[in-house]
Amino acid sequence: MSLPLASLVQDPNFIRSLYIVAFVLFIVGMRGVTHPTTARRGNWTAAAGMTIAVVATLLDERVGDFDLIALGIAVGTVIGVPAARQVKMTAMPQMVALFNGVGGGAVALISWAEYRGALEFGTNPELDTLIPILFAAIIGSISFWGSNIAFAKLQGILPGKPIGVPGQQFINLALLLVAVGAAVAIAAGSESEGLFVLILVAAAVLGNMVVLPIGGADMPVVISLLNALTGLSAAAAGMALDNVALIVGGIIVGASGTILTNLMATAMNRSIPNIVAGGFGGGGTAPEGEDGEERPHRSTDATSVATQLTLADKVVVAPGYGLAVAQAQHTVRELADELEKRGVEVSYAIHPVAGRMPGHMNVLLAEADVPYESLKEMDEINPEFSTTDVTLVIGANDVTNPAARENEGSPIYGMPILDVDKSEQVVVLKRSMNTGFAGIDNPLFYNENTSLLFGDAKSSVQEVLAAVKEL
Amino acid sequence: MDLITEFTILALAAFIGFEVISKVPNTLHTPLMSATNAIHGIVLLGGILVIGEASGFLNELILVIAIAFGTINVIGGFLVTDRMLEMFKKRPKPAEKDPE
Repeated sequence: MSLPLASLVQDPNFIRSLYIVAFVLFIVGMRGVTHPTTARRGNWTAAAGMTIAVVATLLDERVGDFDLIALGIAVGTVIGVPAARQVKMTAMPQMVALFNGVGGGAVALISWAEYRGALEFGTNPELDTLIPILFAAIIGSISFWGSNIAFAKLQGILPGKPIGVPGQQFINLALLLVAVGAAVAIAAGSESEGLFVLILVAAAVLGNMVVLPIGGADMPVVISLLNALTGLSAAAAGMALDNVALIVGGIIVGASGTILTNLMATAMNRSIPNIVAGGFGGGGTAPEGEDGEERPHRSTDATSVATQLTLADKVVVAPGYGLAVAQAQHTVRELADELEKRGVEVSYAIHPVAGRMPGHMNVLLAEADVPYESLKEMDEINPEFSTTDVTLVIGANDVTNPAARENEGSPIYGMPILDVDKSEQVVVLKRSMNTGFAGIDNPLFYNENTSLLFGDAKSSVQEVLAAVKEL
Repeated sequence: MDLITEFTILALAAFIGFEVISKVPNTLHTPLMSATNAIHGIVLLGGILVIGEASGFLNELILVIAIAFGTINVIGGFLVTDRMLEMFKKRPKPAEKDPE
């Protein structure tokens, strides 16, 4: 009795039908994630699609070695679940980088195993299989290593500042030529695992070399780009394996990731080739500044800030990654509540790339129960600065730097910024006079209407909060 | 599947990818990136399909690692996205939250 059922579920058309269900769930799910009210359900819809795709694949009669499959899935679950559960909200971007990296790594490994398998039959695969395998190997390996470097930089294992070697671009080009050259040699008929490993290694070094010189501020764009690349490589693997689920799933990510990357790059007024060619300062116009001498700035204390804030009618908070690092979002919300009790209108100015990724700051503030309506995007808030009494810049630097508007020589010239300097008074909470992540000096700090409150963002806000309560 | 069918699927699916993302509020870019990140973990299927035909310790080891990587990508990706989106849930009006 189980025989007819078994042959039904193993029927390739049945499996493909399940794949179609999975695609529908992916697309409906992703659409869901694009709206705040349906986002969470959308994510689970896509996850359900993935479950169906996995189950359908397990039904395929070509599939064997179930014990090894179970082992791989078990190991992945044991590592993946706690990692996802325990990661702090502030560390989310590097976690996404890491998850992206292992995806790229999986693509590279599968293409390697596929090529080894073909060689054991004594011959190269047909070109329509071989070319996608080679493509997947190059892109997967770049993505794996590039993502690891992105992770290491955001996690602080490697410095966030650009790391470069002389002749970087020449070396990168040479590495790319080695990888592509070896791939062409294989495609032209060389049956050599050595060449294939050379492809993987050259692409790996290239992945490292491309991401190392990129400064922290550009990292969200890079992670998004690597995300798109992993999608593309998965689609290529799908073409090699003749698996439609891989093709569709991979290319949807490749396409959407490209758009998202472009949106982010546009928000920073950076072009993707520019970023990949080597980070802020790559052009040499960077920080080593106009005049070496220390310029005068005004520092202030918590009590004065508290007075300024309580006397204001309208306060705008401009949060940056410094706020996130210091985990100050809850304290900031308390301060805002306290001010609102005193009749001060408080809103938040969210730069598109505040934090480490677009929307990252929104996530952090939402975590602290800041009402959604108080979060204002750059285009909405910028005209309001001229009527704002006090702007509180907390751990944000480059996204408030007026040089982006005024100084054509600045590496960030043209990047849209929050016009905080147009408000009546500006208070900047900063750890020290050091430059921001991008290593660029910020003229905002020397303006007459700017005062600086030095210290860790969280303790500074706590002090201001305490002072407000005493007033 | 012949090559031209695969390219047709590729082209159409790419357009879906473009369309889906073109209407996203800034706020949701990070969760969306994370969700699409989980979806490319579908490469897990590749490992599952290939491992049965693989022989030899090294081939099997490579593929077990690939399956583990794919699983981390999928499960971790969806879980982390859910954690981000959890933050966006509508918070109850303060009056209802604090009936003192």
